[in-house]
Amino acid sequence: MNFDPRYSGRNFTSVGTRPIRPDGVDKVTGRARYGADFNMAGQLVGRVLRSPHAHATIRKIDTSKAEKLAGVKAVITAADLPDLTDGDAAMYDILDNCMARKKALYDGHAVAAVAAVDARTARQALKLIEVDYEVLPHVTDVDEAMKHSAPLINDAIFTEGLEQKPVKPSNVTKRTQYGHGDIHEGFGQADFVVERSFKTEQTHQGYIEPHACVANVSSDGTADLWVCTQGHFVYRQHCAQLLGMEASKLRVTSSEIGGGFGGKTHVWAEPVALALSRKAGRPVKLVMTRDEVFRASGPTSATSIDVRIGARKDGTITAAEATLRYSCGPYAGTWAEIGAMTAFACYKLENVRTVGYEVLVNRPKTAAYRAPSAPMAAFAVESAVDELAKEIGMDPVEFRIRNAAQEGTRSSYGPVYGPIGIGPTLEAVKNHPHMKAPLGKNQGRGMACGFWFNFGGQTCTDLNIGMDGSVSLAVGTVDVGGSRASLSLVAAEELGIPYEQIKAVVADTSSLGYNDMTDGSRGTFSSSMATISAARNAIKVLRERAAQMWDIPVDDVVWEKGHAIAKGEKYDNLAALSLKEIAAASGKTGGPIAGHSELVADGAGVSFATHICDIEVDPETGSTRVLRYTVVQDAGKAVHPTYVEGQYQGGAAQGIGWALNEEYIYGKDGRLQNPGFLDYRIPVCSDLPMIDTQILEIPNPNHPYGVRGVGETSIVPPLAAIANAVSNAAGVRMTHIPMSPPRILAAIEAERGG
Amino acid sequence: MRYIRPLSIEDAAGLLAGSAGTAAILAGGSDLLVRMKGGFIEPDLIVDIKAIDGLGEIRETAEGFSIGAAVPCAVLGENTALQKAWPGVVEAAKLIGSKQVQGRCTIVGNLCNASPAADSVPALVAAGAKAVVVGPGTRRTIAVEAVPTGPGKTSLAKGEIVEAILLDSRLPRSGDAYLRFIPRTEMDIAVVSAGVNLTLDEQGRVKSARLALGAVAPTVILVEEAAEVLIGSKLDEATLERLAKVCSGACRPIDDKRGTIEFRRKVAGVLAKRAATTAYARAGGK
Repeated sequence: MNFDPRYSGRNFTSVGTRPIRPDGVDKVTGRARYGADFNMAGQLVGRVLRSPHAHATIRKIDTSKAEKLAGVKAVITAADLPDLTDGDAAMYDILDNCMARKKALYDGHAVAAVAAVDARTARQALKLIEVDYEVLPHVTDVDEAMKHSAPLINDAIFTEGLEQKPVKPSNVTKRTQYGHGDIHEGFGQADFVVERSFKTEQTHQGYIEPHACVANVSSDGTADLWVCTQGHFVYRQHCAQLLGMEASKLRVTSSEIGGGFGGKTHVWAEPVALALSRKAGRPVKLVMTRDEVFRASGPTSATSIDVRIGARKDGTITAAEATLRYSCGPYAGTWAEIGAMTAFACYKLENVRTVGYEVLVNRPKTAAYRAPSAPMAAFAVESAVDELAKEIGMDPVEFRIRNAAQEGTRSSYGPVYGPIGIGPTLEAVKNHPHMKAPLGKNQGRGMACGFWFNFGGQTCTDLNIGMDGSVSLAVGTVDVGGSRASLSLVAAEELGIPYEQIKAVVADTSSLGYNDMTDGSRGTFSSSMATISAARNAIKVLRERAAQMWDIPVDDVVWEKGHAIAKGEKYDNLAALSLKEIAAASGKTGGPIAGHSELVADGAGVSFATHICDIEVDPETGSTRVLRYTVVQDAGKAVHPTYVEGQYQGGAAQGIGWALNEEYIYGKDGRLQNPGFLDYRIPVCSDLPMIDTQILEIPNPNHPYGVRGVGETSIVPPLAAIANAVSNAAGVRMTHIPMSPPRILAAIEAERGG
Repeated sequence: MRYIRPLSIEDAAGLLAGSAGTAAILAGGSDLLVRMKGGFIEPDLIVDIKAIDGLGEIRETAEGFSIGAAVPCAVLGENTALQKAWPGVVEAAKLIGSKQVQGRCTIVGNLCNASPAADSVPALVAAGAKAVVVGPGTRRTIAVEAVPTGPGKTSLAKGEIVEAILLDSRLPRSGDAYLRFIPRTEMDIAVVSAGVNLTLDEQGRVKSARLALGAVAPTVILVEEAAEVLIGSKLDEATLERLAKVCSGACRPIDDKRGTIEFRRKVAGVLAKRAATTAYARAGGK
């Protein structure tokens, strides 16, 4: 493979246009098959028994009565999922999370499961399983969990990353630190210093489709899994490892996906469904209820963050510091570390230090949620930046422009930036009509910046040309936001043929080499690189076939606009051969024509966005209304601009919900109080304004078309932009997310009283 | 589980009275079916009252309106006479759930579900509405506020069904209004709510008033001191401030996932002021 991924400027024909997505008609007519839409003959219904306790030792589980109930075909506990993780601590945590082994670690933790002939029998069987719990003290709050007096969730955890190895176990699994320079010296140079503490509550991705799968384990040890996931190859590996299977014996097919946002990157129900099917000898469908999704899938961290930033009178930041405490659920994670890396990534800083603490709590295991960990860090930092600009007397946009990172800046997390978009997004915001629009009574405007790394990773793609000249593109990255359309555009661009001549599908795990999952905004970035490479390999074959048809040297054949052309005066009488003509002759020129690609897509360009938001606050009730919202973000190159805009809008919409109303509410008993969409308030349509977008294109030097990932950055600035807007509208600094009406009203009343 | 669809109210009452296990009445089903699907209840008997003659109708009588127990809330909004006479009751009914839910749910169901946060109930209490209660061989008419006795509990005896809600015909210079607080714009449950019903004298002063608050006590509460504050006034600034204070003071709220005690007290006063102002304007007050 000598594929050159470097950016080369070119004029595009297909890329940058806005055709209809290939999966669109099936989705709007209800034909598209999601996780729960697959059925097999003889299939059983799987149901999971979950702990009602936040923290409890499982003394004994008696399944005998459930097993005797007519219609029950299998009952499993942790004993049916023996530990095959061979010292792999992360895999052991996944196993323990799928089915509690010794202790139930949160309200909703799976302790047993049944497969029965129908849902009613399965529900009855769950009631017949007797679990003997010894209830233990629990802790759900991130700050409480750090105290020495807090109940210990895992007594084998000793904080990593401290100078001296601690002698006592703790709920803090790890301390990490990033930065450079000398912050003490930096703060010494500051004329103004802002110091604040912030909290954000735990939120869920809120995908509309609950987790669902059908597992079918055959008596010969092979198995099929049909599942809603962001990464079927990763699910295959994890399930195979947990069940003691060879990966190639487990074929995983990904369904259409009704939202994932990072929440469908982890296995929960799938190993359980496979274990049930293995024991029952029949296919098992397992669909989580909404209650189960909230209690027992993977929400994002709750956080507690301290920020200190100092600047000179001229508006130059001299030092910046943050301490970030992130909840991980009951298993170790790296969530605070990511927060510590992203916190100050937008700025050019001489002296910066961030410290992250990973904290165990009796809540479900934290999972990725769209630019995981970055929105909370950005909320704290961008709130303090706004306040500092105010103290200095500078416009908040000007203040940020003055301190923005540039090409060549050493980032706060280490690497030196290439060409980046933070400066251009700020300039665009400064000149945007939104910034100049008048505001009415009780209305406020806020803006904020956000950063995300983006990811590339392992990718494998096949491009097959049929004898009729139509092209099938098989990719291994699940389509979560229109990537089949974008990748078809890329194939059309390379081959020089119409978009409609291409059909892209997401292939199953037996049809393609390994692909990392669709996370890190990598779907279009990495698979477009692999598609370009596969198309170029196919073009090489097409040129060879044309050369053969003409009986001339292949070096004399070039590919232009979907045709092989013989170059040079001596071939003037040869008419160009179209892709269709070459394909039609392929049976006689060497057989099927295909291009394959396998690569690690390195060099995912970092991404920046700046958002503007107008909010009206009712000072008597604390009620808020989002009046206007604008997203400005660098896409590198927008392959399909409509779906890029969709990503910008979707991130902003989720950020608005998180900022204003969404939160996990735990009772004193450690049970989740609001496991449903009634009291876990994601925004409804009428809660949102039209979200305006502006796409900037600062090419990524490490992609042939300059593409950067676009899916995640858009959720990073909203918490901060909205907090700045609410603070300006209400006249009081808001430091606790979500800014629900009771919190806003209490802050206004406290300000009036004080 | 047995499902029965009787054709007369007497049969329905008889089935409920004679049931051995748990029994439930099905009209719109927007509470019952959700609770069944969620696995919270499994009734032994379901009595569907939608086929009973007259229960799906709104009748205009000499005394006012009779709204049958199976009339969906959406139909209330389509009845011009009712909308004109009792805009506050209708706007409350049309805030329940969503458009789709309003096509099924009923104000009788909303009342008998006995949630302190029920949207239509403060408006009905403020309106002085009455409930016609039919049991095996019995029939009585009681004030709607006498139906719920606590969260999920009613004063209805086994076998009793609320057949209809009665609203008086309107005196001149009358108006009512309902407001609720929710964190979203729709698809939500009241954190606090207020229903106000006013009749003015010829000078535009409040002659009679009823004000009810929702979600601030175990049941919807009728705030009698609020009426005393309003009567005789033209809703000047000082009256409204006194009204807010009286309403905040009348609350007996709890802290829960939907709001705090302080928040509910404060917002109850705010909503009372705002609903009273709207009702006053609807009554022709200036």
